[in-house]
Amino acid sequence: MLKKISNIGDCGITCDFGDEVNKKTNKEVIKLFNFIRDSVNNKKIKGILNYTPSYNKLIINFELGQTKSKEIIEFIKSNDYSKMTLSEKSKVVEVPVCYDEEFALDIKRLEDKTKLNFQEIVNEHLNTDFFVYMIGFVPGQPFLGDLNSNLYHDRLDTPRIKINKGSVGVVEKFCTIYTFESPGGWNIIGKTPFDLFNINKINTSVLSPGDTVKFKSISKKDLLSFKNE
Amino acid sequence: MNNYFKVLRPGINSTFQDLGRFGLQHLGIVASGCMDQLSFCISNKLVGNKVSEGALEFAYQGPLLELVGGSALVAISGRVNFNIISKNGDTKQGSPNESFIVSNGDKIDILSTVNSVYGYFAIFGGFKLKEIKGSVSTLVRAKIGPNNGNKLQVEEKIFFNKIESTRKTKKIKIDFDSNYTIRVMKGLQFHYFSKKSQEDFFLREYNISRLTDRMGMRLEGERLENKVSVNIKSEGITKGSIQVPGDGQPIILLSDHPTIGGYPKIANVITADYDKLVQKTPGSKIKFKLVNLAVAENAFQDYVGQF
Repeated sequence: MLKKISNIGDCGITCDFGDEVNKKTNKEVIKLFNFIRDSVNNKKIKGILNYTPSYNKLIINFELGQTKSKEIIEFIKSNDYSKMTLSEKSKVVEVPVCYDEEFALDIKRLEDKTKLNFQEIVNEHLNTDFFVYMIGFVPGQPFLGDLNSNLYHDRLDTPRIKINKGSVGVVEKFCTIYTFESPGGWNIIGKTPFDLFNINKINTSVLSPGDTVKFKSISKKDLLSFKNE
Repeated sequence: MNNYFKVLRPGINSTFQDLGRFGLQHLGIVASGCMDQLSFCISNKLVGNKVSEGALEFAYQGPLLELVGGSALVAISGRVNFNIISKNGDTKQGSPNESFIVSNGDKIDILSTVNSVYGYFAIFGGFKLKEIKGSVSTLVRAKIGPNNGNKLQVEEKIFFNKIESTRKTKKIKIDFDSNYTIRVMKGLQFHYFSKKSQEDFFLREYNISRLTDRMGMRLEGERLENKVSVNIKSEGITKGSIQVPGDGQPIILLSDHPTIGGYPKIANVITADYDKLVQKTPGSKIKFKLVNLAVAENAFQDYVGQF
Protein backbone atom coordinates (compact mmCIF):
# COMPACT_ATOMS: atom_id res chain seq x y z
CA MET A 1 0.00 0.00 0.00
CA LEU A 2 1.11 3.55 -0.73
CA LYS A 3 1.85 4.94 2.72
CA LYS A 4 3.10 8.44 2.11
CA ILE A 5 3.98 10.92 -0.64
CA SER A 6 6.74 13.46 0.10
CA ASN A 7 8.47 16.19 -1.86
CA ILE A 8 12.07 15.78 -2.92
CA GLY A 9 13.13 19.35 -3.50
CA ASP A 10 10.85 21.34 -5.81
CA CYS A 11 10.88 19.01 -8.83
CA GLY A 12 10.50 15.52 -7.41
CA ILE A 13 8.24 13.43 -5.23
CA THR A 14 8.67 10.08 -3.56
CA CYS A 15 5.87 7.57 -3.12
CA ASP A 16 6.70 5.47 -0.07
CA PHE A 17 5.26 1.97 0.27
CA GLY A 18 6.64 1.22 3.74
CA ASP A 19 9.88 -0.17 5.11
CA GLU A 20 9.64 -3.80 4.01
CA VAL A 21 11.93 -5.05 1.27
CA ASN A 22 10.01 -7.94 -0.22
CA LYS A 23 8.27 -8.89 -3.43
CA LYS A 24 4.84 -7.95 -2.12
CA THR A 25 5.89 -4.36 -1.40
CA ASN A 26 7.92 -4.09 -4.59
CA LYS A 27 4.96 -5.31 -6.69
CA GLU A 28 2.90 -2.40 -5.33
CA VAL A 29 5.73 -0.04 -6.32
CA ILE A 30 5.85 -1.55 -9.82
CA LYS A 31 2.09 -1.17 -10.24
CA LEU A 32 2.33 2.56 -9.64
CA PHE A 33 5.43 2.72 -11.85
CA ASN A 34 3.52 1.00 -14.70
CA PHE A 35 0.57 3.32 -14.19
CA ILE A 36 2.76 6.47 -14.32
CA ARG A 37 4.68 5.20 -17.34
CA ASP A 38 1.43 4.45 -19.19
CA SER A 39 -0.02 7.82 -18.19
CA VAL A 40 3.06 9.59 -19.56
CA ASN A 41 3.01 7.55 -22.78
CA ASN A 42 -0.72 8.15 -23.27
CA LYS A 43 -0.26 11.85 -22.49
CA LYS A 44 -2.68 11.72 -19.58
CA ILE A 45 -0.18 13.64 -17.47
CA LYS A 46 2.38 16.23 -18.56
CA GLY A 47 5.74 17.42 -17.36
CA ILE A 48 7.05 14.11 -15.99
CA LEU A 49 10.72 13.55 -16.82
CA ASN A 50 11.62 10.32 -15.01
CA TYR A 51 10.06 7.65 -12.79
CA THR A 52 12.40 5.41 -10.84
CA PRO A 53 11.19 2.44 -8.82
CA SER A 54 13.31 0.91 -6.06
CA TYR A 55 12.56 -1.77 -3.45
CA ASN A 56 9.92 0.20 -1.57
CA LYS A 57 9.68 3.60 -3.24
CA LEU A 58 8.84 5.24 -6.54
CA ILE A 59 10.55 8.54 -7.26
CA ILE A 60 9.02 10.82 -9.87
CA ASN A 61 10.90 13.77 -11.35
CA PHE A 62 9.14 16.53 -13.23
CA GLU A 63 9.77 19.76 -15.08
CA LEU A 64 8.82 22.63 -12.83
CA GLY A 65 7.84 24.89 -15.74
CA GLN A 66 5.27 22.28 -16.88
CA THR A 67 3.71 21.03 -13.67
CA LYS A 68 4.02 21.14 -9.89
CA SER A 69 4.21 18.54 -7.17
CA LYS A 70 0.63 19.33 -6.11
CA GLU A 71 -0.73 18.41 -9.55
CA ILE A 72 1.13 15.10 -9.67
CA ILE A 73 0.14 14.13 -6.14
CA GLU A 74 -3.51 14.86 -6.95
CA PHE A 75 -3.24 12.82 -10.14
CA ILE A 76 -1.92 9.80 -8.22
CA LYS A 77 -4.50 10.12 -5.46
CA SER A 78 -7.43 10.47 -7.87
CA ASN A 79 -6.62 7.29 -9.81
CA ASP A 80 -7.10 3.72 -8.71
CA TYR A 81 -4.21 1.79 -10.19
CA SER A 82 -4.19 -0.92 -7.49
CA LYS A 83 -6.32 -3.30 -9.57
CA MET A 84 -3.87 -3.30 -12.46
CA THR A 85 -2.25 -6.69 -12.86
CA LEU A 86 1.49 -6.98 -13.24
CA SER A 87 1.47 -9.93 -15.63
CA GLU A 88 0.18 -7.97 -18.63
CA LYS A 89 3.12 -5.57 -18.38
CA SER A 90 5.78 -8.07 -17.39
CA LYS A 91 7.64 -10.92 -19.05
CA VAL A 92 9.78 -13.92 -18.17
CA VAL A 93 13.35 -13.78 -19.49
CA GLU A 94 15.73 -16.72 -19.65
CA VAL A 95 19.34 -15.75 -18.98
CA PRO A 96 22.10 -18.25 -19.84
CA VAL A 97 24.89 -18.52 -17.26
CA CYS A 98 28.16 -20.39 -17.30
CA TYR A 99 29.05 -21.48 -13.75
CA ASP A 100 32.52 -22.71 -14.84
CA GLU A 101 35.10 -22.23 -12.07
CA GLU A 102 36.90 -19.73 -14.27
CA PHE A 103 33.91 -17.37 -13.79
CA ALA A 104 32.59 -18.47 -10.37
CA LEU A 105 35.19 -16.38 -8.52
CA ASP A 106 33.57 -16.56 -5.08
CA ILE A 107 32.15 -20.07 -5.07
CA LYS A 108 34.62 -21.23 -2.38
CA ARG A 109 33.60 -18.34 -0.15
CA LEU A 110 29.95 -19.28 -0.62
CA GLU A 111 30.60 -22.98 -0.01
CA ASP A 112 32.34 -22.12 3.27
CA LYS A 113 29.54 -19.84 4.38
CA THR A 114 26.53 -21.90 3.27
CA LYS A 115 27.96 -25.40 3.90
CA LEU A 116 26.51 -26.35 0.52
CA ASN A 117 28.63 -27.74 -2.29
CA PHE A 118 29.12 -26.12 -5.67
CA GLN A 119 26.37 -28.11 -7.42
CA GLU A 120 23.87 -27.47 -4.64
CA ILE A 121 24.50 -23.73 -4.84
CA VAL A 122 24.11 -23.76 -8.62
CA ASN A 123 20.90 -25.80 -8.37
CA GLU A 124 19.42 -23.37 -5.86
CA HIS A 125 20.29 -20.52 -8.20
CA LEU A 126 18.79 -22.31 -11.22
CA ASN A 127 15.61 -23.23 -9.40
CA THR A 128 14.79 -19.69 -8.30
CA ASP A 129 12.35 -17.47 -10.19
CA PHE A 130 13.94 -14.05 -9.74
CA PHE A 131 11.78 -10.94 -9.65
CA VAL A 132 13.30 -7.73 -11.06
CA TYR A 133 12.98 -5.34 -8.11
CA MET A 134 14.73 -2.46 -9.80
CA ILE A 135 17.34 -1.52 -12.38
CA GLY A 136 20.06 1.00 -11.83
CA PHE A 137 23.24 2.32 -10.32
CA VAL A 138 24.68 1.78 -13.78
CA PRO A 139 22.60 1.41 -16.95
CA GLY A 140 20.69 -1.84 -17.23
CA GLN A 141 21.97 -3.48 -14.02
CA PRO A 142 19.08 -5.51 -12.52
CA PHE A 143 18.48 -6.19 -8.83
CA LEU A 144 16.87 -9.62 -8.61
CA GLY A 145 15.30 -11.47 -5.71
CA ASP A 146 14.77 -13.55 -3.73
CA LEU A 147 17.43 -16.16 -3.14
CA ASN A 148 16.63 -18.93 -0.72
CA SER A 149 17.86 -17.93 2.74
CA ASN A 150 20.40 -20.79 2.89
CA LEU A 151 22.40 -18.96 0.18
CA TYR A 152 22.60 -15.59 1.96
CA HIS A 153 26.05 -14.08 2.24
CA ASP A 154 27.48 -10.59 2.83
CA ARG A 155 29.38 -8.44 0.40
CA LEU A 156 33.11 -8.98 0.00
CA ASP A 157 35.03 -7.14 2.72
CA THR A 158 37.13 -5.49 0.04
CA PRO A 159 35.24 -4.84 -3.18
CA ARG A 160 36.96 -5.83 -6.42
CA ILE A 161 38.31 -2.94 -8.46
CA LYS A 162 37.16 -4.58 -11.67
CA ILE A 163 34.32 -6.99 -12.29
CA ASN A 164 33.84 -8.13 -15.87
CA LYS A 165 30.71 -7.34 -17.82
CA GLY A 166 28.25 -10.24 -17.67
CA SER A 167 29.33 -11.40 -14.21
CA VAL A 168 26.50 -12.79 -12.09
CA GLY A 169 26.76 -12.03 -8.37
CA VAL A 170 24.81 -12.61 -5.17
CA VAL A 171 24.59 -10.70 -1.88
CA GLU A 172 22.10 -11.48 0.87
CA LYS A 173 18.82 -12.33 -0.85
CA PHE A 174 19.69 -10.50 -4.07
CA CYS A 175 21.30 -11.42 -7.35
CA THR A 176 22.69 -9.02 -9.94
CA ILE A 177 24.18 -9.09 -13.42
CA TYR A 178 26.93 -6.59 -14.21
CA THR A 179 26.00 -4.86 -17.47
CA PHE A 180 29.26 -2.86 -17.61
CA GLU A 181 32.75 -3.56 -16.36
CA SER A 182 32.77 -1.88 -12.95
CA PRO A 183 34.02 -2.10 -9.38
CA GLY A 184 31.85 -4.14 -7.04
CA GLY A 185 31.57 -6.23 -3.91
CA TRP A 186 29.11 -8.99 -4.87
CA ASN A 187 29.97 -12.71 -4.65
CA ILE A 188 30.52 -13.74 -8.26
CA ILE A 189 29.14 -17.17 -9.19
CA GLY A 190 29.07 -17.16 -12.99
CA LYS A 191 28.99 -15.26 -16.22
CA THR A 192 26.39 -14.61 -18.91
CA PRO A 193 27.21 -13.83 -22.55
CA PHE A 194 23.73 -12.29 -22.96
CA ASP A 195 23.83 -8.51 -23.57
CA LEU A 196 21.11 -7.19 -21.28
CA PHE A 197 21.75 -3.59 -22.16
CA ASN A 198 22.49 -1.87 -25.46
CA ILE A 199 21.79 1.84 -25.78
CA ASN A 200 21.72 1.63 -29.57
CA LYS A 201 18.85 -0.84 -29.69
CA ILE A 202 15.22 0.24 -29.72
CA ASN A 203 14.69 -2.01 -26.74
CA THR A 204 17.60 -0.62 -24.74
CA SER A 205 17.26 -2.88 -21.73
CA VAL A 206 16.09 -6.48 -22.06
CA LEU A 207 14.74 -6.34 -18.50
CA SER A 208 12.28 -3.92 -16.97
CA PRO A 209 11.27 -3.60 -13.30
CA GLY A 210 8.59 -6.22 -12.59
CA ASP A 211 9.93 -8.85 -15.03
CA THR A 212 10.98 -12.36 -13.97
CA VAL A 213 14.40 -13.90 -14.66
CA LYS A 214 15.12 -17.64 -14.91
CA PHE A 215 18.75 -18.69 -15.22
CA LYS A 216 19.83 -21.52 -17.49
CA SER A 217 23.17 -23.31 -17.13
CA ILE A 218 25.43 -23.32 -20.18
CA SER A 219 28.90 -24.70 -20.84
CA LYS A 220 31.98 -22.59 -21.43
CA LYS A 221 31.82 -23.62 -25.09
CA ASP A 222 28.24 -22.28 -25.33
CA LEU A 223 29.32 -19.08 -23.62
CA LEU A 224 32.12 -18.48 -26.08
CA SER A 225 29.96 -19.20 -29.13
CA PHE A 226 26.91 -17.26 -27.92
CA LYS A 227 25.66 -14.68 -30.43
CA ASN A 228 23.68 -11.66 -29.29
CA GLU A 229 21.01 -10.70 -31.81
CA MET B 1 29.71 19.07 -46.91
CA ASN B 2 33.18 19.71 -45.70
CA ASN B 3 32.78 22.35 -43.05
CA TYR B 4 34.00 21.53 -39.61
CA PHE B 5 35.94 22.61 -36.56
CA LYS B 6 39.17 20.74 -36.12
CA VAL B 7 40.00 20.07 -32.49
CA LEU B 8 43.59 21.19 -31.90
CA ARG B 9 43.22 20.89 -28.11
CA PRO B 10 40.15 19.24 -26.55
CA GLY B 11 40.18 20.97 -23.15
CA ILE B 12 39.74 19.25 -19.81
CA ASN B 13 36.17 18.05 -19.94
CA SER B 14 34.44 19.05 -23.15
CA THR B 15 31.25 17.17 -24.02
CA PHE B 16 28.18 17.76 -26.15
CA GLN B 17 25.07 18.36 -24.08
CA ASP B 18 21.47 19.48 -24.41
CA LEU B 19 18.67 19.70 -21.85
CA GLY B 20 18.91 15.97 -21.07
CA ARG B 21 17.76 12.46 -21.93
CA PHE B 22 14.56 11.66 -20.09
CA GLY B 23 12.24 8.75 -19.37
CA LEU B 24 15.01 6.17 -18.89
CA GLN B 25 16.08 6.49 -15.26
CA HIS B 26 14.16 3.29 -14.38
CA LEU B 27 16.62 1.48 -16.68
CA GLY B 28 19.61 3.04 -14.95
CA ILE B 29 20.13 5.91 -17.40
CA VAL B 30 20.44 9.30 -15.76
CA ALA B 31 19.16 12.39 -17.58
CA SER B 32 22.60 14.07 -17.87
CA GLY B 33 22.32 17.31 -19.86
CA CYS B 34 24.01 20.68 -19.46
CA MET B 35 25.13 21.62 -15.96
CA ASP B 36 24.26 25.34 -16.12
CA GLN B 37 20.93 25.52 -17.95
CA LEU B 38 20.75 29.31 -18.13
CA SER B 39 24.20 29.70 -19.73
CA PHE B 40 23.47 26.77 -22.05
CA CYS B 41 20.18 28.23 -23.28
CA ILE B 42 21.74 31.67 -23.72
CA SER B 43 24.45 30.22 -25.98
CA ASN B 44 21.71 28.98 -28.29
CA LYS B 45 19.68 32.21 -28.12
CA LEU B 46 22.77 34.19 -29.11
CA VAL B 47 22.99 32.33 -32.42
CA GLY B 48 19.23 32.17 -33.05
CA ASN B 49 18.73 28.46 -32.30
CA LYS B 50 15.96 26.89 -30.31
CA VAL B 51 17.24 26.80 -26.73
CA SER B 52 17.32 22.98 -26.62
CA GLU B 53 19.78 22.61 -29.55
CA GLY B 54 22.91 20.61 -28.64
CA ALA B 55 25.98 22.69 -27.74
CA LEU B 56 29.51 22.01 -26.56
CA GLU B 57 29.99 22.24 -22.80
CA PHE B 58 33.49 22.82 -21.45
CA ALA B 59 34.85 23.01 -17.90
CA TYR B 60 37.78 25.12 -16.63
CA GLN B 61 39.93 25.03 -19.78
CA GLY B 62 38.03 24.79 -23.07
CA PRO B 63 39.11 23.58 -26.50
CA LEU B 64 41.22 25.20 -29.21
CA LEU B 65 39.28 24.87 -32.46
CA GLU B 66 40.13 25.72 -36.07
CA LEU B 67 37.40 26.33 -38.60
CA VAL B 68 37.86 24.47 -41.87
CA GLY B 69 35.46 25.39 -44.70
CA GLY B 70 32.75 28.08 -44.80
CA SER B 71 31.95 30.78 -42.26
CA ALA B 72 29.90 30.16 -39.16
CA LEU B 73 27.92 32.19 -36.65
CA VAL B 74 28.93 31.08 -33.16
CA ALA B 75 28.73 32.18 -29.52
CA ILE B 76 30.41 31.37 -26.23
CA SER B 77 28.39 31.83 -23.06
CA GLY B 78 29.36 31.93 -19.41
CA ARG B 79 32.21 33.77 -17.73
CA VAL B 80 34.87 32.80 -20.24
CA ASN B 81 38.26 34.12 -21.32
CA PHE B 82 38.90 33.29 -24.98
CA ASN B 83 40.79 34.53 -28.03
CA ILE B 84 39.89 34.60 -31.69
CA ILE B 85 42.97 34.03 -33.84
CA SER B 86 42.44 34.98 -37.49
CA LYS B 87 43.99 33.07 -40.38
CA ASN B 88 46.76 35.67 -40.73
CA GLY B 89 47.70 35.24 -37.07
CA ASP B 90 46.06 38.34 -35.55
CA THR B 91 44.80 37.56 -32.05
CA LYS B 92 42.01 39.46 -30.39
CA GLN B 93 40.21 38.82 -27.16
CA GLY B 94 36.70 37.46 -27.62
CA SER B 95 33.55 38.65 -25.84
CA PRO B 96 31.46 35.97 -24.17
CA ASN B 97 27.67 36.18 -24.33
CA GLU B 98 27.89 37.82 -27.75
CA SER B 99 27.68 35.98 -31.07
CA PHE B 100 30.35 36.42 -33.75
CA ILE B 101 31.28 35.21 -37.21
CA VAL B 102 34.33 33.04 -37.82
CA SER B 103 35.79 32.26 -41.24
CA ASN B 104 37.90 29.54 -42.82
CA GLY B 105 41.24 29.21 -41.02
CA ASP B 106 40.18 31.18 -37.92
CA LYS B 107 40.86 29.64 -34.56
CA ILE B 108 38.91 29.95 -31.32
CA ASP B 109 41.07 29.43 -28.26
CA ILE B 110 38.92 28.96 -25.14
CA LEU B 111 41.54 29.63 -22.47
CA SER B 112 39.56 29.33 -19.27
CA THR B 113 36.38 29.94 -17.38
CA VAL B 114 36.70 32.85 -14.96
CA ASN B 115 35.69 32.28 -11.31
CA SER B 116 33.31 29.65 -12.62
CA VAL B 117 33.41 26.11 -13.98
CA TYR B 118 31.26 25.69 -17.11
CA GLY B 119 30.91 27.52 -20.41
CA TYR B 120 29.11 26.73 -23.67
CA PHE B 121 29.94 26.97 -27.36
CA ALA B 122 26.96 27.08 -29.73
CA ILE B 123 26.65 27.46 -33.50
CA PHE B 124 23.81 28.77 -35.67
CA GLY B 125 21.99 25.76 -37.17
CA GLY B 126 23.53 23.37 -34.67
CA PHE B 127 26.34 20.81 -34.76
CA LYS B 128 25.85 17.57 -36.68
CA LEU B 129 25.29 15.21 -33.77
CA LYS B 130 23.73 11.79 -33.54
CA GLU B 131 20.80 11.67 -31.15
CA ILE B 132 20.70 8.73 -28.75
CA LYS B 133 17.23 8.15 -27.28
CA GLY B 134 16.11 11.65 -28.19
CA SER B 135 19.11 13.54 -26.84
CA VAL B 136 22.66 14.51 -27.76
CA SER B 137 23.78 14.68 -24.14
CA THR B 138 26.95 12.75 -23.33
CA LEU B 139 27.29 10.43 -20.35
CA VAL B 140 30.98 9.54 -20.46
CA ARG B 141 30.79 6.98 -17.64
CA ALA B 142 28.38 4.76 -19.62
CA LYS B 143 29.65 5.81 -23.08
CA ILE B 144 26.23 7.12 -24.05
CA GLY B 145 25.87 10.03 -26.45
CA PRO B 146 27.28 11.44 -29.69
CA ASN B 147 30.99 11.00 -30.29
CA ASN B 148 30.52 7.40 -28.99
CA GLY B 149 29.87 8.83 -25.56
CA ASN B 150 33.37 10.28 -25.29
CA LYS B 151 34.78 13.62 -24.30
CA LEU B 152 36.11 15.72 -27.15
CA GLN B 153 39.37 14.25 -28.49
CA VAL B 154 42.32 15.94 -30.13
CA GLU B 155 42.28 15.90 -33.97
CA GLU B 156 38.60 15.07 -34.19
CA LYS B 157 36.33 17.02 -36.52
CA ILE B 158 33.15 18.70 -35.33
CA PHE B 159 30.77 19.00 -38.26
CA PHE B 160 27.96 21.53 -38.35
CA ASN B 161 24.80 22.12 -40.33
CA LYS B 162 24.83 25.69 -41.69
CA ILE B 163 27.30 28.09 -43.24
CA GLU B 164 26.56 31.66 -42.24
CA SER B 165 28.45 34.86 -42.85
CA THR B 166 25.90 37.67 -42.98
CA ARG B 167 23.50 37.16 -40.09
CA LYS B 168 23.53 39.90 -37.46
CA THR B 169 25.30 39.16 -34.22
CA LYS B 170 23.59 39.47 -30.87
CA LYS B 171 24.60 40.30 -27.30
CA ILE B 172 22.83 39.24 -24.11
CA LYS B 173 23.65 40.82 -20.78
CA ILE B 174 23.66 38.31 -17.94
CA ASP B 175 23.92 39.12 -14.27
CA PHE B 176 25.82 36.20 -12.84
CA ASP B 177 24.76 35.61 -9.26
CA SER B 178 27.94 35.30 -7.22
CA ASN B 179 26.15 35.04 -3.86
CA TYR B 180 27.34 31.98 -1.95
CA THR B 181 24.00 31.10 -0.34
CA ILE B 182 22.36 28.00 -1.81
CA ARG B 183 18.70 27.48 -0.97
CA VAL B 184 17.61 23.93 -0.11
CA MET B 185 14.54 22.05 1.07
CA LYS B 186 14.68 19.38 3.77
CA GLY B 187 15.71 15.96 2.47
CA LEU B 188 13.83 12.70 2.97
CA GLN B 189 16.15 11.63 5.80
CA PHE B 190 16.67 15.05 7.44
CA HIS B 191 15.45 13.55 10.71
CA TYR B 192 18.30 10.98 10.64
CA PHE B 193 20.71 13.71 11.76
CA SER B 194 21.31 14.95 15.29
CA LYS B 195 19.71 18.22 16.36
CA LYS B 196 23.16 19.80 16.43
CA SER B 197 23.99 18.58 12.92
CA GLN B 198 20.65 19.81 11.59
CA GLU B 199 21.58 23.26 12.91
CA ASP B 200 25.22 23.05 11.84
CA PHE B 201 24.17 22.27 8.31
CA PHE B 202 22.60 25.70 7.97
CA LEU B 203 24.93 27.69 10.25
CA ARG B 204 28.33 26.55 8.98
CA GLU B 205 30.05 27.19 5.69
CA TYR B 206 31.06 24.28 3.46
CA ASN B 207 34.15 24.18 1.32
CA ILE B 208 33.87 22.73 -2.19
CA SER B 209 36.49 20.01 -2.59
CA ARG B 210 38.54 19.17 -5.67
CA LEU B 211 36.64 15.89 -5.92
CA THR B 212 33.89 17.53 -7.90
CA ASP B 213 32.70 16.68 -11.39
CA ARG B 214 29.49 16.28 -13.40
CA MET B 215 28.44 13.39 -11.15
CA GLY B 216 28.75 15.09 -7.79
CA MET B 217 30.22 17.84 -5.67
CA ARG B 218 31.99 16.76 -2.48
CA LEU B 219 31.93 19.23 0.39
CA GLU B 220 34.21 19.61 3.40
CA GLY B 221 33.03 21.08 6.66
CA GLU B 222 31.45 20.33 10.00
CA ARG B 223 30.95 16.56 10.24
CA LEU B 224 27.25 15.67 10.21
CA GLU B 225 26.23 13.16 12.83
CA ASN B 226 23.78 10.49 11.73
CA LYS B 227 21.74 9.13 14.65
CA VAL B 228 19.66 6.55 12.78
CA SER B 229 21.59 4.69 10.08
CA VAL B 230 24.35 5.60 7.63
CA ASN B 231 22.74 3.39 5.01
CA ILE B 232 19.18 3.35 3.74
CA LYS B 233 17.41 0.98 1.40
CA SER B 234 18.59 2.04 -2.03
CA GLU B 235 16.18 4.47 -3.62
CA GLY B 236 15.94 6.62 -6.75
CA ILE B 237 18.03 9.77 -6.82
CA THR B 238 17.13 13.28 -7.89
CA LYS B 239 19.57 15.88 -9.19
CA GLY B 240 20.53 18.31 -6.41
CA SER B 241 20.06 15.79 -3.60
CA ILE B 242 22.60 16.22 -0.79
CA GLN B 243 23.59 12.82 0.55
CA VAL B 244 25.71 12.21 3.62
CA PRO B 245 27.78 8.99 3.69
CA GLY B 246 29.32 7.53 6.85
CA ASP B 247 32.16 10.06 7.03
CA GLY B 248 29.63 12.84 7.66
CA GLN B 249 30.79 15.00 4.73
CA PRO B 250 27.99 15.93 2.32
CA ILE B 251 28.01 15.15 -1.41
CA ILE B 252 25.67 17.06 -3.73
CA LEU B 253 24.51 14.83 -6.59
CA LEU B 254 24.77 16.62 -9.93
CA SER B 255 23.58 16.04 -13.51
CA ASP B 256 25.39 12.70 -14.10
CA HIS B 257 24.41 11.21 -10.70
CA PRO B 258 23.93 7.45 -10.22
CA THR B 259 20.24 6.57 -10.68
CA ILE B 260 19.86 4.81 -7.33
CA GLY B 261 21.68 5.32 -4.05
CA GLY B 262 21.81 4.10 -0.48
CA TYR B 263 22.94 7.09 1.57
CA PRO B 264 20.60 9.30 3.59
CA LYS B 265 19.75 12.68 2.11
CA ILE B 266 19.78 15.70 4.39
CA ALA B 267 18.53 18.25 1.85
CA ASN B 268 17.81 19.04 -1.81
CA VAL B 269 19.00 22.11 -3.73
CA ILE B 270 16.12 24.06 -5.25
CA THR B 271 15.97 24.33 -9.05
CA ALA B 272 16.48 28.11 -9.07
CA ASP B 273 19.89 27.79 -7.35
CA TYR B 274 21.27 24.78 -9.22
CA ASP B 275 23.07 26.75 -11.98
CA LYS B 276 24.67 29.03 -9.41
CA LEU B 277 25.83 26.00 -7.40
CA VAL B 278 27.47 24.10 -10.28
CA GLN B 279 29.47 27.17 -11.28
CA LYS B 280 31.19 27.32 -7.86
CA THR B 281 34.87 26.40 -8.16
CA PRO B 282 36.72 23.97 -5.87
CA GLY B 283 38.10 25.84 -2.89
CA SER B 284 35.20 28.30 -2.71
CA LYS B 285 32.64 28.27 0.07
CA ILE B 286 28.89 27.85 0.12
CA LYS B 287 26.27 28.15 2.82
CA PHE B 288 22.86 26.49 2.84
CA LYS B 289 19.60 28.24 3.55
CA LEU B 290 16.39 26.36 4.33
CA VAL B 291 13.27 27.25 2.32
CA ASN B 292 9.89 25.61 1.82
CA LEU B 293 8.20 24.43 -1.39
CA ALA B 294 6.26 27.68 -1.93
CA VAL B 295 9.44 29.77 -1.75
CA ALA B 296 11.22 27.35 -4.11
CA GLU B 297 8.38 27.49 -6.64
CA ASN B 298 8.32 31.29 -6.54
CA ALA B 299 12.10 31.40 -6.92
CA PHE B 300 11.72 29.21 -10.00
CA GLN B 301 9.39 31.78 -11.58
CA ASP B 302 12.05 34.48 -11.10
CA TYR B 303 14.70 32.09 -12.44
CA VAL B 304 12.85 31.24 -15.68
CA GLY B 305 12.18 34.94 -16.20
CA GLN B 306 15.86 35.24 -17.17
CA PHE B 307 15.60 32.79 -20.07
